[in-house]
Amino acid sequence: MKCDVNIITGRTIDQGANIDSKLSSDYFNACARCEIGAEDLKTLGLSEGSHVKVSTRFGSVVVSLALCDGNPEGVAFIPMGPWANTVVNPDTHGCGMPGFKGILGSLEPTDEKPLDLKALMSLYRE
Amino acid sequence: MSELLIKNGRVFDPINSINGDIMDIAIKNGKIVDDIPLSPDTKVIDASSMIVMPGGVDAHSHIAGSKVNSGRIMCPNDGRSGIEKRTKITRPCSGYTVPNTFAMGYRYAKLGYTTVFEAAIPILHARHTHEEFGDIPIIDKGGLVLFGSNWQVMEAVRENDIEKLAAYVAWGLSASRGYGVKIVNPGGGEAWGFGKNVSGLHDTVPNFDVTPAEIITGLAKANEMLHLPHSIHLHCNLLGKPGNYKTTIETMKLLEHIKPSMDRQVVHITHLTFNAWGGTNWGDFESKADAVADYLNQHDHVTVDMGQLIFGNATTMTADGPMQYANARLLATKWTNGDVELEDASGVVPLSYIRKMYIHDIMWAVGLEVALLTKNPWQVLLTTDHPNGGPFVNYPEVIALLMSARKREEEMSKLSNKMRDRTTLSGIGRELDWYDIAIKTRASHAKILGLTDHGKGHLGAYADADVTIYHINPDQVDAGREHATVKKAFEKPAYTIKDGKVVAMNGEITATPEGRTFWVNASVPEEDNTRLMKDLRLKFRKYYSINLANYMVQDSYVKHPVVIKAGGS
Amino acid sequence: MEITDAICSFCGSLCDDLTVKVEDNKIIDVKRACRLGASKMLGHERINSPMIRNEAGILEEASFDSAIDKASQILLHAKRPLLYGWASTSCEAQSKGVLLGEILGAVVDSTASVCHGPTTLGVQEKGLPTASLGQIKNRADLIIFWGCNPIHAHPRHMSRYSGYLPGFFLDRGRQNRKFVTVDVRMTETAAISDEFLQIEQGSDYVVLSALRALVNGKDDLVPDVVCGVSKEDLVRLSGMMRSCRFGAFFFGMGLTQSKGRYKNIDCALSLTNDLNTQTKFVITPLRGHYNVTGFGQVCSWQTGFPAVDLSRGAPYYNPGEMSANDLLMRDEVDASLIVASDPAAHFPSTSVRNLAKMPLIQIDPYANATTEIADVVIPTAIVGVETEGTAYRMDGLSLRLRKLVDSDYPSDEEILDKIIKKVSRKGDVC
Repeated sequence: MKCDVNIITGRTIDQGANIDSKLSSDYFNACARCEIGAEDLKTLGLSEGSHVKVSTRFGSVVVSLALCDGNPEGVAFIPMGPWANTVVNPDTHGCGMPGFKGILGSLEPTDEKPLDLKALMSLYRE
Repeated sequence: MSELLIKNGRVFDPINSINGDIMDIAIKNGKIVDDIPLSPDTKVIDASSMIVMPGGVDAHSHIAGSKVNSGRIMCPNDGRSGIEKRTKITRPCSGYTVPNTFAMGYRYAKLGYTTVFEAAIPILHARHTHEEFGDIPIIDKGGLVLFGSNWQVMEAVRENDIEKLAAYVAWGLSASRGYGVKIVNPGGGEAWGFGKNVSGLHDTVPNFDVTPAEIITGLAKANEMLHLPHSIHLHCNLLGKPGNYKTTIETMKLLEHIKPSMDRQVVHITHLTFNAWGGTNWGDFESKADAVADYLNQHDHVTVDMGQLIFGNATTMTADGPMQYANARLLATKWTNGDVELEDASGVVPLSYIRKMYIHDIMWAVGLEVALLTKNPWQVLLTTDHPNGGPFVNYPEVIALLMSARKREEEMSKLSNKMRDRTTLSGIGRELDWYDIAIKTRASHAKILGLTDHGKGHLGAYADADVTIYHINPDQVDAGREHATVKKAFEKPAYTIKDGKVVAMNGEITATPEGRTFWVNASVPEEDNTRLMKDLRLKFRKYYSINLANYMVQDSYVKHPVVIKAGGS
Repeated sequence: MEITDAICSFCGSLCDDLTVKVEDNKIIDVKRACRLGASKMLGHERINSPMIRNEAGILEEASFDSAIDKASQILLHAKRPLLYGWASTSCEAQSKGVLLGEILGAVVDSTASVCHGPTTLGVQEKGLPTASLGQIKNRADLIIFWGCNPIHAHPRHMSRYSGYLPGFFLDRGRQNRKFVTVDVRMTETAAISDEFLQIEQGSDYVVLSALRALVNGKDDLVPDVVCGVSKEDLVRLSGMMRSCRFGAFFFGMGLTQSKGRYKNIDCALSLTNDLNTQTKFVITPLRGHYNVTGFGQVCSWQTGFPAVDLSRGAPYYNPGEMSANDLLMRDEVDASLIVASDPAAHFPSTSVRNLAKMPLIQIDPYANATTEIADVVIPTAIVGVETEGTAYRMDGLSLRLRKLVDSDYPSDEEILDKIIKKVSRKGDVC
């Protein structure tokens, strides 16, 4: 059910095309997602579109699952953005750059739904 | 109405043949005037017992643009070595070999310089150069534009179509808002596009079927056809290689029969410190400055500049891409390269010149030998090829070396014996005088650039009121003996005056006006231009990575232009 | 009206060949732009008016004057202000940003610090052997994409600069060139490449080092398998690199954000340097936002450094100490001005939390995640669409962006200028 992954974050064309309309549903769909390979999808026992909780020692976030044939087993890709940043490593290793790639974590099925951008950001104002 | 009277100074104004006479210099509305009636509003500077010279002019310095900024970006260590805080009137400063733009202007002004020319602008990157020019306060600027490995140039030379070549030069100067023709290792930049170099003046440039010699003579002819104020400005082939003095002299010979279109040289060959070298390798490396000076003493179609080496840190930067890679591998140091599509190459390599490393010691001597062995002071400019030989802030050190055989002897005692054996410097007793220094730091720079008629380099009526006053009394100071006093005086002029305004006093900035930018607008016959544009449209459609419509430097980047017209008679 | 040769202000490719159709002061069609550029030019929803967050925590519409006033007050009272962003605005605005930083004694940092900041650190170690993109178009017969996916991030890069077009020395374009992609996963860029080298995540430094060993003839140092890649594959790749006529190495966040950070870049730069003993090779970072390169240029020529802490009155630079995320992680920042970027969407949550709890001013044409945590919001015109300005392409080429339509919004530059006037003392240099 649970699946250990190495998380990388990065740009996608859907994320880019909506970068100036971050409150749109297109941006939400482009970024509140996690792409994994078929083996990992099988391990989780989930299908594309299911919600999954991504957890690392820095935080957790709920996003939708997507299949990406290009991903090797154990590598999860989350488009850069507010959802991904909930779980990335803030340590810059003394060079200004946080750990946006190569974060060890896990995926597990969840009944929770991904938060939209406003809801996600409102957590920071509490 | 601003009026200023500089009274009783010892004036050195070589262009007007004034050699230390006690005179008043009158200034009105930013220009030198013959005389002004004294009124209560006239500001008076008492310059008695002080030296008065025209504002310094530097015809060859790398002060702005992509390679200077590459130097800053790759060398934060250099940035940290010149930190100065923001003041009420100045922006903060950083850097020694590659100062930030603000420091560039302030430090030149504090040194008594008011006009400086950037020595290498690729047309494609000219917009960047002008952006930095805009952030260099106080001094007037201009720039020399790279043509030596340009496809359009090489094709026109190959076709022997000098009219079309001239049309391109005129177009390139206009596109870059540039001032003159710079040629760097002609053909070498193109060869470097595939990692190669040219081996000499008569080697063929790969894929273009022309030789460096043909490029140089073609551009010299086009330059004179256009009546450009400056001659071609040349960084020779094989620069940085032992034995290159032969190529340097051969290059000079190549141009003996070309007639200048104005009262000036046919070619300016730059930074001789790097190309008056004998020997066949680094083991038998020696100076051949004497051979080059012999040639200069017999020919007046050539002028040169020293490119004097200064011990300590330097950041070398040049369009000579292959030479820079060789440098970086030789010294196992970091290397930035910047090929420019269809136009040229470039490289940036930081290094240190170290005393007792005999190659550096000999190079140090070469620049001085050239300046001291060449009889005509107008023929050799004082430069450090900033920041290749060293930063421009060291000009006072070079002045002191040229004026004092004793100082040279003191310096030589700290250097290797090989330097004594392989240069002629220890046998040279010549000591330059104040008049010579005025020639080598302003008058000749302005004359060589063709700027004297545009108000630079002298103190005649209607010249720009750019004046420097030095705290030194030539009657009381024996420069040969008291070289430390000389150096100190040139490091901190009492006054630097720009367009009639005091911009620096005793090493402190007092005002920060914006400088002007000189560029040359040369006209050519319409039919030549039509032929040219047909070629250029094809090049932009197929080979450049931007469109013709976005290429030329827009007027908004040149805030205070001074446009000098040129073109066929 | 048709405007030709328009320059796209989306990514670092700065494509300058767009034809834009304008009717009634509205862009209705954009020819030749990619999906990213077209989506920007055709427009998104905008922030209507300046806003100030009220005591109930709601952003309330306000006048420009009162928003500028409030912003100036916040900045004047801050002891450790951070002026951050700058990637999607003009050099002219960036220049004002540096000046404002001087006056306030602020830290001025750009989005490069979470993008190609490590590249700059690598360049400080080894230099940058590069070339203009046209040089690559005309000459490169081998193109390597390492840890980058231009099909997604720079969609026209290959068709304009790095592959498909014929060049002077390669008259058949793509057919004359070999593409190699090195990545952790099979990307779209990898899929259209001639060779794909799939490496283990975080192993870039090791694989690059193995290639260096091979290029320098130290084959015996390389084990049979290097982080999931067979020696055979590495030997083949190093052979391609050595035997090409002109190689171009492009890289992205796969190198700058993975384990090793700037050391990966150092290694790639060294590999490029070594290759030049045998052939011609250049290396170019694929820069994201259209003028993130420009900020590095402007800040370097004005202060000497690509990012700067001006709290001492003079430029100070120490990445990893004064970079935006380091300051925020240490909870040092007591007010921030965010211009033309969205750190709330692109910083780790710890940093965002510390940004959110202190006063934050946003200057941007669009609402984004940062708007959600902002206290003052000032909308501005879009550079390259509604206002002119300078931008630097990823290869350091400066271009003049055009104004395509009129706008009622002020430019970033104008707003910054007004803030500068409010916070500076009379007679100060500005």
